Amino acid sequence: MNELRDILSQGAQMSLVLGLAPLLTGFVRKVKARLLRRRGPPLLQPYRDLIRLMRKDVVLADNASWLFRVIPYLIFSGTWVAASLVPTFGNGLLFSWTADLIAIIALLGSARFFQALAGMDVGTAFGGIGSSREVMIASLAEPAMLITVFSVAMIAGSTQLANVAEFMGSDAVGLRVSLGMAFVALTIMALAENARIPVDNPATHLELTMVHEAMVLEYSGRHLALIDLSSQLKLLLYVSLIACVFLPWGMATADASVARLVFGALLYLGKLTLLGFLLAVFETSIAKMRVFRIPEFLGAALMLALLATLVRFVSGSL
Amino acid sequence: MIAVALWSVAALLALAPAGVVLSTRPRGSIILYGGCLIATSTLCVTALSDLLYVPQLTPSATLPIGLPWLGAHFRLDALSAFFLVVINLGGVAASLFALGYGRHEDSPGRVLPFYPAYLAAMNIVVLANDAFSFLVAWEFMSLTSWALVVSHHREAENIRAGYVYLLMASFGTLALLLAFGLLASGAGYDFDAIRASHPSAAVTGMVVILALLGAGSKAGLVPLHAWLPLAHPAAPSHVSGLMSGVMTKVAVYGFVRIVFDLLPEPVWWWSMVVLLVGGPTATLGVLYALMQRDIKRVLAYSTIENIGIIFTGLGLALAFKAEGLDWVAALAFTAAMLHVFNHALFKSLLFFGAGAVLGATGERDMEKLGGLIHRMPKTAFAMLIGCVAISALPPFNGFVSEWLTFQAILLSPQLPSWGLKLVIPAVGGLLALAAAFAAACFVKLYGISFLGRPRSDVAASAHETDRFSLTAMLVLAAFCLIAGILPGLFIDALAPVSKAMVGNIMPHQVGLQWLTIVPIAESRSSYNGLLVFVFAALCGTAAASAIHRLASDRLRRAPAWDCGYPDPNPAIQYSASSFSQPIRRVFGSVIFAAREIGEMPPPSSPRPARLRVELRDLIWDALYAPIAMVVGFATDRINILQFLTIRRYLTLVFVALIVLLLVVAL
Repeated sequence: MNELRDILSQGAQMSLVLGLAPLLTGFVRKVKARLLRRRGPPLLQPYRDLIRLMRKDVVLADNASWLFRVIPYLIFSGTWVAASLVPTFGNGLLFSWTADLIAIIALLGSARFFQALAGMDVGTAFGGIGSSREVMIASLAEPAMLITVFSVAMIAGSTQLANVAEFMGSDAVGLRVSLGMAFVALTIMALAENARIPVDNPATHLELTMVHEAMVLEYSGRHLALIDLSSQLKLLLYVSLIACVFLPWGMATADASVARLVFGALLYLGKLTLLGFLLAVFETSIAKMRVFRIPEFLGAALMLALLATLVRFVSGSL
Repeated sequence: MIAVALWSVAALLALAPAGVVLSTRPRGSIILYGGCLIATSTLCVTALSDLLYVPQLTPSATLPIGLPWLGAHFRLDALSAFFLVVINLGGVAASLFALGYGRHEDSPGRVLPFYPAYLAAMNIVVLANDAFSFLVAWEFMSLTSWALVVSHHREAENIRAGYVYLLMASFGTLALLLAFGLLASGAGYDFDAIRASHPSAAVTGMVVILALLGAGSKAGLVPLHAWLPLAHPAAPSHVSGLMSGVMTKVAVYGFVRIVFDLLPEPVWWWSMVVLLVGGPTATLGVLYALMQRDIKRVLAYSTIENIGIIFTGLGLALAFKAEGLDWVAALAFTAAMLHVFNHALFKSLLFFGAGAVLGATGERDMEKLGGLIHRMPKTAFAMLIGCVAISALPPFNGFVSEWLTFQAILLSPQLPSWGLKLVIPAVGGLLALAAAFAAACFVKLYGISFLGRPRSDVAASAHETDRFSLTAMLVLAAFCLIAGILPGLFIDALAPVSKAMVGNIMPHQVGLQWLTIVPIAESRSSYNGLLVFVFAALCGTAAASAIHRLASDRLRRAPAWDCGYPDPNPAIQYSASSFSQPIRRVFGSVIFAAREIGEMPPPSSPRPARLRVELRDLIWDALYAPIAMVVGFATDRINILQFLTIRRYLTLVFVALIVLLLVVAL
């Protein structure tokens, strides 16, 4: 009975993240449009886009290789597995021990590795520029992310997300400077990893500053749909991650009742709404950076993360 | 057991002179590499059985060769067995690869005799149980590999590589000689006697530094790495794979043997030195790799990175052991050893792939390759796995060992020493940087050489490599996946090594639910490569079949889109140098003093515009160039002595004799 419940809970989590991801993107777009006094596309537009893309033919460049056709599925599966391992509304995920936070980040790293390869497969200038810039951003963002994880893990005594969330929700955590720094660093990382303003512009095309969109320029049809869905999943993953580590309140525990689960789910939706709204406000209030300003922005995050780790020792000894 | 091992080594040694004869025969290379294949497989199986079923009594043997009063001692303990497995697994793969690849050798007479001797030398180093045999084998290994480096001696670059290599190898051996000299002063050359002796703190400190210099120069630790990216690519590709994948591991063995085994309990500052060398080695090595455009040189620099990771693991093990936390030391040590094994797998694979590309196109320069995935699909597939594995991405093996190293780093708050507490997270940051750079580096290597459109005619007319080479590469690729999804088996196999070296082992892994690995406790961290792999595969296939069935599975071919401006000229693609330009600009301006010089001709001039990129190796400029200058200056002065008359020589001899007698008398 218990096992059945666990499997159902894990399955619910997997379908929940998959189902919610386009909605979150639609919500952020809607809020951004409203802030700019536009009406904006309807909330459900991302779903329609995905369905439309999936029904269309794939137009493949003449010299695209088999790798180019496989990569969308690789990216999608990697991101989906990563996203379904981050606790959302409940803590007792059946497979949460499969991968800890470091492994989740590395899974996203695998997805990015293949994405950058896809950008180079057809042999166009745009694809190359996208991949080249993506790896530059990643080469700063990934270590910053890992060091942030270090500082959080050293405070919580675990890299297992469920345990981190449990620790962060308890009274043992207190108010810590390093957690504040880690939060800022994680937010910057989330912006960079999801190709949001000010690092990249998710709404642009035909612009030399684009990074993510340049890599996927040659994709069409169902392949493009999968890559879009993966990006939406990734956004949801990072928002859930921030919610899980820094706003863990109300998360249902492993043996919670159905009422608690529903309460946790509602609270999770509330957290998503809040963080999505903040993201939209932030994106509308800031301009996109030049490409070579990005390293400074990410370097700041890297330093903050490192400081957070070092301060942890100082504060820990007080 | 040890008799089988020694006989196999003897067979390898016997193959060396046979190589001289065989090199003139048409099918000689097949016989020779086949012989090496059999000998190394025997050694590999012997060592593996010794590692898995540890005998009660450590097998050892003494042969009446070498120093008359000492003889040659050999011993096959867990550490030797593990390194024998690594060496001979690499040897098996390289011999298999060479069965196909070696047939195209222009001058087999310069390769065939040295190849088995080189394999034998590496085996003797890890079997030796006295300082004399160890050093002789070490030097033999250096010399045979030097001969292989200069086997293509008509290229001036290779001669220079050989020269620098020979110098650095002598330096390394000198350091080791001094280290053993210090150790042997109270005990003699036998390792068993050294283990039983109690050297003073000053002696052990000096031995650690000397061992780091000696083994580090062979392994390629920064700043002693300068020879490695010159020498490793110069050798034939299967030998490059052995040098990078295996010989650097023999150097790691030397360090572990001296510091963990022969010396008494470590002191915390040893680990500080090792960590401060290991972390920067990892980051700098891969940054150098990112700036290269020669495939084999990229791989050689990436070896430096991986050696940095291994030494960081060893440094962590020393730190935790010195503070009495030997259960964490076991974790860090196992992580380092696992990385030794993993790196041997994927680096051999990648060098073989580079060899296949070299054989098919005659090019090592990435700027002239491209689109090889269409013409060499199987090689491209194996290389892809190698690239993902070395970039430390799940579900492959490179990730597991780095993950374990990170887990050890996360336990640094347990250390009492403040210096280590602050240094270890910083080193962790450097490792994280190195991991990210490695991914960038291998996206570049794979993307530029295998993807895109061919940048030259040779790349456009490349052909798939032979079956032997492909088998070698695919077997290594399969190992990379297996070690990635079932790491528990490999961790458990390392338990006797860790028990012997740091006195504790990691928790037993096989038998845990779903073959998860749990380095410390389940509440702390766990990782299951198998489930991640199965999950991802299921999700991917489910998504593919669902979309194909429910939505659309139609596909059309059309010219590339490229925002409406596709250009048929392949030169429009990103090149290796342009790919790394953003990273060069961000990091290179300080680390390499990188400069871009653009020459724009005036409007009326027919000259083409040019862009030159200048990179300087600051370590070479600051360390090697001054030494070379001083040595050059001194030799110029001393050179006068070469042109004296006989009377003056006699006077000199007389004076020298008087001085010597005076010294002896006083």
